[in-house]
Amino acid sequence: MQSFDYQKPSTLDQAVASLDGDAKALAGGQTLLPAMKVRLAGPGTLVDLGGLPELKEIAADGGVLTIGAGETHAAVAQSDIVVGAIPALAALAGGIGDPAVRHRGTLGGSVANNDPAADYPSAMLALGATIHTNSRAIAADDFFTGMFETALGEDELIVKISIPVPDSAGYAKYPNPASRYAMVGVFVAKFGPTASVAVTGAGQDGVFRAADLEAALTADFSEAAVSDGCCGDVVILGDIHASADYRRAMIPVFARKAVAKATE
Amino acid sequence: MSDQVLGKTFGTPVRRVEDSRFIQGAGNFTDDVIHPGQTYMAFLRSPHAHADIVSIDTSAAEAAAGVRKVLTGQDYADAGLGMLFCGWGSQSQSGEPQKMGAYPPLAHGRVRYVGNIVAAVIADSRDQAKDAVDLIEVDYKELPVAVDVLDAVKDGAPQLHDDAPGNLVVDWVHGDKDATEAAFAAASDVVTLELRNNRMVPNAMETRATNALYNHGRGEFTLHISTQNPHGLKTFTSVLTQIAPEHKLRLVADDVGGGFGSKAFVYAEDAITLFAARETRRPVKWTCERSEAFLSDAHGRDHWTKAELALNAEGKFLGVRVHTLANMGAYLSTSATLVPTYMSAPLLTGQYDIAAVHGQVDCVFTNTVPVDAYRGAGRPEAAYVIERLVDAAAFQTGRDPSQLRRQNMITQFPHTTAGGLTYDNCDFHTLLDKASEAIDYAGFPARKAEAKARGKIRGIGMSTYIEACGFGPSKIIGSWGGQAGPWESSEIRVLPTGGVEIHTGCMNHGQGHETVFAQYVSDAFGVPMDQVELLYGDTDRGQHGNGTVGSRSGPVGLGAVAMTCTKIITKAKTVVRHTLGAESDDEIEFADGVFTRTGTNLALKFAEVAWIANAGITIADTDVEPGLHAASNFDPENFTFPSGCYICEVEIDPDTGVVDIADFVVFDDFGNLGNPMIVEGQVHGGVVQGIGQALLENTVYDETGQLLSGSFMDYTMPRADNFPHFRVGMHGTPATANPMGMKGCGEAGAIGAPPAVVNAVTNALNIDHIDMPLTAEKVWAKINSTSA
Repeated sequence: MQSFDYQKPSTLDQAVASLDGDAKALAGGQTLLPAMKVRLAGPGTLVDLGGLPELKEIAADGGVLTIGAGETHAAVAQSDIVVGAIPALAALAGGIGDPAVRHRGTLGGSVANNDPAADYPSAMLALGATIHTNSRAIAADDFFTGMFETALGEDELIVKISIPVPDSAGYAKYPNPASRYAMVGVFVAKFGPTASVAVTGAGQDGVFRAADLEAALTADFSEAAVSDGCCGDVVILGDIHASADYRRAMIPVFARKAVAKATE
Repeated sequence: MSDQVLGKTFGTPVRRVEDSRFIQGAGNFTDDVIHPGQTYMAFLRSPHAHADIVSIDTSAAEAAAGVRKVLTGQDYADAGLGMLFCGWGSQSQSGEPQKMGAYPPLAHGRVRYVGNIVAAVIADSRDQAKDAVDLIEVDYKELPVAVDVLDAVKDGAPQLHDDAPGNLVVDWVHGDKDATEAAFAAASDVVTLELRNNRMVPNAMETRATNALYNHGRGEFTLHISTQNPHGLKTFTSVLTQIAPEHKLRLVADDVGGGFGSKAFVYAEDAITLFAARETRRPVKWTCERSEAFLSDAHGRDHWTKAELALNAEGKFLGVRVHTLANMGAYLSTSATLVPTYMSAPLLTGQYDIAAVHGQVDCVFTNTVPVDAYRGAGRPEAAYVIERLVDAAAFQTGRDPSQLRRQNMITQFPHTTAGGLTYDNCDFHTLLDKASEAIDYAGFPARKAEAKARGKIRGIGMSTYIEACGFGPSKIIGSWGGQAGPWESSEIRVLPTGGVEIHTGCMNHGQGHETVFAQYVSDAFGVPMDQVELLYGDTDRGQHGNGTVGSRSGPVGLGAVAMTCTKIITKAKTVVRHTLGAESDDEIEFADGVFTRTGTNLALKFAEVAWIANAGITIADTDVEPGLHAASNFDPENFTFPSGCYICEVEIDPDTGVVDIADFVVFDDFGNLGNPMIVEGQVHGGVVQGIGQALLENTVYDETGQLLSGSFMDYTMPRADNFPHFRVGMHGTPATANPMGMKGCGEAGAIGAPPAVVNAVTNALNIDHIDMPLTAEKVWAKINSTSA
């Protein structure tokens, strides 16, 4: 690990002001710190967001669940409010990494990093979440712009995320056998008659909405409605763990499992 | 478990005495050693699999903060130090010795695999060393690359070493070619398989580490090192590097966190650490990082094999014929050519009475990490070949794999095989019976039907393995081209107050030697275990030894201890005779820690005799030497031959191809057991590694020689949730090669498990073969291309 300066601001304004030059924001550090340890990242300054009270919040009101960016996966998984409002989201958070990761990693950190195999982005997309930064609100559909890329500006920090509460939802993940990240992860949600489906782990450009699955499940929200072929318009990722063909074939398999969870 | 008990503690499941310090974090590993004035070393490793080094500019690194020295291959060459090489002398069919290929610890002129060391930086801190590594500029001219053995032997393939045309190290043959051809000519069925034994990355929990101290005044080196074999490597390191004569070199290994074979070799890093300490006159430490370990620990396995089995019309096995291409990597590691040749081919006939065998093994250079012994070392490869062949034969000829095995098993012992080994004492049918009963082999069809109703495909498969371990008989090893016999030493010093020190050249690196050796000596002397200490891991203490490899510490290391115990008791009886006024030693009896003069109530406890002997006063006017210590070297007549029957049941999800181990039964014959609990732990670890090889551990190089599975993010280490509760049973027939009747248990699990898993999957899918590792995608593709 290369040497760096460390700052821990106590206000959001200070934090944003610190993010210049080669500074990096540190949330839970579950991606950044390993990258620094193997010298793939070497920021001059780490700006620790752990001291910002604005980032700590979990509330449900008027059909919208709001979660602060600094809430850990463990906090989300164990929150009675989240479990009551969107149990599929709590279950997703409880399945990220291992207990050590879940007690450090945060919602904001995961969403801002937009790892193509991360779990949270699929939920944000399928649930139609809104990402609130220090300066604006961004719809999830506009937020995730590509692998490890988002609409966040250089001087922007995620403060909280508001998530519409669906009628039902389910998430099914096919973990990479080595890393246990999602090799294919499918989040389905049902708002009234409308189904939404987002897929993580499989897209060449990161998380995506599966239009054909959404149409099929809006017509009939059942496992039987998910046919074998899907996502023909999406470029699918291939690697040593799963070829693009295999990953593509696994999307409907895990979509069915997600629907089963949403309808159980 | 077995009900065999040899003594009060030996043979019983005593808890491991070493665990107390480990679970408290009080172990002392090589990276824990910090000398005054300590400096740290980091390496620049080649990013290319094959390239000429056009130029190296180290000036910026040398000027960087904290840097004491930068070393390159030119520096090593200028110093006139020696190359690394393989200590095994195999020969080609033509009689030519194997081609070694020059192996400078620091690459000189050319790099041959990604990870090949190009330069070393020694600095006052780890970070300073790593910062300076980034400042070294190397101009490479990339060369074409050969990664796979099948590519490396093609005409026109890139050549790695000038002295090895066609990248061929040796084309070694074994067995009787004419007899084997005759057997195949007489066969009514011939089964042929082409299979891969996949490459493994060893991944010991503690990565390798070195810390060299150079005493300039005395010209002496002390190398703290995470190793499985301090004495052997002391000799080898001295001979190979020529940096210090053997008597000026001390190797010290305190606690070592695993090795699986990978810490039994002389590595480039070891030589460079010694060189750097001499050049800087500072203690130099290197601790391997995990990602670096993937690129520098000697890998295991990586064979391509074409295997054939000949059967007559009744299903009797007539002959085995095998041609293997064994990937050696870019340079020959310390025992590289031993593994696929002598350690493998003689076991190709397995537990079966097969009259003819012929094997050819071509050892091949490729642009990959060097390959050497990994848990089982050649024996897993042989067991995989024969156990897959048997199942393929059953599949092809429509026979039950269990019955086909039973019909062909050897039943009379001793039995000398076509491969030249003499199995001394085994009982294959009983192992097969017990394992089959434990898993309810006959009830499998009902379980398969029940799984089918749940949408799962269930399969059952077995392996009836045998291996040769307890290294070893110097006579046999020498006849195979070994340069040094792996006998073992022991010394026992009974201290004046009755404490007992045992010295061994075996090297505990997780197995529990401190417990098992103390159990044996506690029984032998009738003293409590806590008065017995096992001392090892320092070449200044024990006299010589050959470390812990090839499941030898029990069968050979304890064999040496047993001899010494006898000498101590004999000496003690002489001391007692003088003290108690007896005429002859024959009048002295020893039992339960008490010496008694026959027919009297005159008695001395072991500790009292220890004092009398060491004090020397009361025996000063006799011809008895003072002191109570003795030493022995044990060289067994034969290997030991653990065997077993492993039966695996799998359930496959046809939607994903994921293979779940539904049940796994083990019945092993390890002879007599020193500590059944430790034995069971060894079996669990071995089976996990074996199933890991079969299902999970996928070492992937791309066509340019980059290791794609270079971290735990991409290399699937087995985890607890990958396994069911193993059911382990024992049925022991005592070994005849050592006084304890022990056979060794460290490697068996990794030998027996892979074929059992693959046989279960081929059974489930109703196919003749599928290559390891059985990743979900590979299985899914099979399901979708066949009618399972």
